[in-house]
Amino acid sequence: MTVELTVDKVSRAFGGVYAVRDVSLTVPAGELRAVIGPNGAGKSTLFALIGGQLAADTGTVALDGIRVERRPAHRRGIGVVFQTARVFHGMTAFENVMVGAHAVTRAGFLAAALRLPRHHRDERRIREKALTCLDRVGLADWADRPAEELPLGQQRSLQLARALCGEPRLLLLDEPASGLRAAEREHLATLITRLRTEGLTILLVEHDVAFVMRLADRITVLDLGRVIADGTPAEVRANPEVRTAYLGPETVRPSEPHPGVEGVAG
Amino acid sequence: MSDLIGYLITGLGIGAGFALVASGLVAIYRVTRVVNFAQGGFAVLAALLTSTLLAAGLPHGVAELGGVALGALAGLIVGVVAIGRPGTSPGTSLIVTLGLGVLAYAVEVLIWGDQPRSFPGLTGVAEVAGARLPAHYLLILAVTAPVFALMAWFFARTDLGRALTACASNRYAAQVVGIDVRRMGLLAFTIGGALGGLAGVLTTPVQQVTFDSDVTLIVNGFAAAVLGGLTRPMIALAGGLLLGVTQTLVAGYGGGAYQMEVALVLMLTVMIVQAARTGPVPETAR
Repeated sequence: MTVELTVDKVSRAFGGVYAVRDVSLTVPAGELRAVIGPNGAGKSTLFALIGGQLAADTGTVALDGIRVERRPAHRRGIGVVFQTARVFHGMTAFENVMVGAHAVTRAGFLAAALRLPRHHRDERRIREKALTCLDRVGLADWADRPAEELPLGQQRSLQLARALCGEPRLLLLDEPASGLRAAEREHLATLITRLRTEGLTILLVEHDVAFVMRLADRITVLDLGRVIADGTPAEVRANPEVRTAYLGPETVRPSEPHPGVEGVAG
Repeated sequence: MSDLIGYLITGLGIGAGFALVASGLVAIYRVTRVVNFAQGGFAVLAALLTSTLLAAGLPHGVAELGGVALGALAGLIVGVVAIGRPGTSPGTSLIVTLGLGVLAYAVEVLIWGDQPRSFPGLTGVAEVAGARLPAHYLLILAVTAPVFALMAWFFARTDLGRALTACASNRYAAQVVGIDVRRMGLLAFTIGGALGGLAGVLTTPVQQVTFDSDVTLIVNGFAAAVLGGLTRPMIALAGGLLLGVTQTLVAGYGGGAYQMEVALVLMLTVMIVQAARTGPVPETAR
């Protein structure tokens, strides 16, 4: 179920400015890789290129050696959790998660229209699965609430449940911890660790460096669209280039995310 | 009194046709953001084919199903032409549907001519609370009610229905979840075509059909659909029924010449009152 992700010399420019330039990285199956970098480093663009929300100008993206960069997003088998709320309004939390099962449901229009037994079986399976996923992210009590009424943190957890319900081979998490309270953050860290133990390949973008250092197997550091460092948390922490990129030679960069290139995938 | 009941039931029957056309518009608009101006054409095509099939000796039921199937197929074709090319904007697609609607006129006139056609529906006269009216009006209602119930069930309780609703809510996220948004758009067009076709085969026995009957259907269907912001099928149903009843009452008690104008002014009034109460309609994100 789990896959190796290979990104090879991927570039994407917006109006002549490179957001991501010749980025290559390999995430072995079952690894939890974090991508960090200052604002405007190209993290979100890189995510969108892997997830299929943006097309790369050049370069390849492969899952277990099979190139997917020309496939539409819905055929890549990649689960994505966005930083901004992207839940389906007008549906309950439970229904949102059930939609996630669409990717792995093959009951056609006729089976549903004719109310074939197969449709009933599928529906029961989807309901059970959605409940399990909702429970895993700690949202079981919120199941019947309209999705858009959930607090932002919960909406992000809901996206995670929705992604898990689609049995992704690779999970992209874009700042899953931002805006969460300490207890929620702990719960999320436990959940992510457990998903990794189960063998899911995970790519994580996060501003909270302490959170990342604790969870990630390896860290890739981007700055100005390029990879400037790649290694274990300890190696990255000791890398002088990383310190310079984050703190700057003279000025301190703002630490809050801002719209711009970063916001493309968000 | 019996007059009033007769007008009401007749009006509901006519309104059910508008409501079916309207719900087809809504089904398509929600998923694709395209206002499908070829919607009335599905009804006309379905009705014309049904008249031919019946004349050829096919039994009732089979012929009507054939008509609805043609409506669905026409819906799919319009969908492929209007949204098949990735990146087509909803505005462009709208113009494409308008063009296809006009093209359909040519096809219809070539095959069926320009004279009104009809076919018998449920014959006989029914008596409801003292009012005597053609029994076919009751058949229209008896078919429309379960169709709307089935739609509600489909959109809420099946995987495909939920996927369609998800596309309606947030296309970007729907794609991320693994939904083929374009395929869902085509499915919506097919459903819209079937609903339009059903409107055609149901109302033709009491109304006759010509190649340009779609104008009445689309004007009324659009008015009913707009009532619910083009996104709420149940309000479109209410709007369609209201339009049908109003028109029949105006025609019955006043003058038949103004029925459509009066009904549309009423609809406009409802919308103005609604807008005054809820404020401007928010721009929906694509």
